[in-house]
Amino acid sequence: MNDFVNLISRFGQPLTNSLIKLGFACRFLIAILRHSATALLRPRLTIREVWFAGVLSVLIIAVSGLFVGMVLALQGYDTLQRFGASSSLGILVALSLVRELGPVVAGLLFASRAGSAITAEIGLMKTTEQLSAMEMMAVNPIARVVAPRFWGGVISMPLLAAMFSAMGIFGGYLIGVQLLGLDEGSFWSQMQGSVDFRLDVMNGVIKSIFFGFAVSLIAVFEGYDAPPTAEGISSATTRTVVTSALVILALDFILTAFMFRGV
Amino acid sequence: MKRGMIDFWVGLFALVGIAALLFLALKVSSQGSLPASSSYELIANFENIGGLKVRAPIKSAGVVVGRVSHIELDPVRFVAKVTMDVDSRYHFSRDSSAEILTSGLLGEQYIGITSGADEKTLSAGNTFKITSSAIVLEQLISRFLFSQADKDKEKQ
Repeated sequence: MNDFVNLISRFGQPLTNSLIKLGFACRFLIAILRHSATALLRPRLTIREVWFAGVLSVLIIAVSGLFVGMVLALQGYDTLQRFGASSSLGILVALSLVRELGPVVAGLLFASRAGSAITAEIGLMKTTEQLSAMEMMAVNPIARVVAPRFWGGVISMPLLAAMFSAMGIFGGYLIGVQLLGLDEGSFWSQMQGSVDFRLDVMNGVIKSIFFGFAVSLIAVFEGYDAPPTAEGISSATTRTVVTSALVILALDFILTAFMFRGV
Repeated sequence: MKRGMIDFWVGLFALVGIAALLFLALKVSSQGSLPASSSYELIANFENIGGLKVRAPIKSAGVVVGRVSHIELDPVRFVAKVTMDVDSRYHFSRDSSAEILTSGLLGEQYIGITSGADEKTLSAGNTFKITSSAIVLEQLISRFLFSQADKDKEKQ
């Protein structure tokens, strides 16, 4: 009987812990939203975070986008050529980037580049008791530290995803038209004929806004929740990247099912 | 980094992001359907629409003049009722015909309109009188095979 109780408690404890964490995350999100007015009314705070999360991620996003587009074009050409449909390469590259790869890969890169940095920064602030010091001085750390970082991430993510897709399509153009010698006119015109602005491009943008929201929340939450030790910060940073990646992929599935059902 | 520099880089970042979005909107995608004010609806009934989809183009003499907006099955006559949005600049005569064509051998399907000779034109909500269905490849092949078989019989 005692063993049975132990067994239940062994499985029950992690479940209870994760439920407690989820509840705290919800409360945390509400607190951020309540204190967002301060962050948005003092735009300098948020602009600094856009610089930190967005501008510093541009290089990795642009280079990765370019290479992803180039690889897509090479692989796509190899397959399409077998069916004599190599002129549809533009459609393949543009649709896969705009609908899926742009938001998802940009989101994953954003989580590992900016999300982990935000977690480490807030975690270190907590460890060195800067957050408690702020509270002592009657400055709300959620309004002063957390909310600007959260909104900085939410603003940066869709812009980064758009840059990723644009660079990817440029990479596809470089490989398809310049290297493999497809006709430039048909490359662009077939793409324009098949990619719909509202259905494809805007849905990609909506996805990236959701991803930005999720990654930013996870990053600030893990930082704020991190145990104030070196080990605690390192495991919080890892958790940010792992949780963000899983949440992005799961959200992507749900959003895609909503957006493209019946098309 | 100085505050002025941060503002500059964030401004540039926002500009590049918006430029990327504009690139996606203008260079990569079509603007979707025509604005509602500048189009009118026409209806065509087909016995078989094959692989025609919503948003497929409507072409006349090869020029895109509209898009398919809605496809449903007529519950009484069991034909496919295709509703299309046609650019209001173009008006087709009442005896125009609509047929479902395929661009290339494996390309997408679209509706081709051939204008007739009648002076009166179709107006919003009107239905095409003359339509021809999509060519279904399987039917075509089976017809060809049967005709070959008949020829062989005649020879014997």
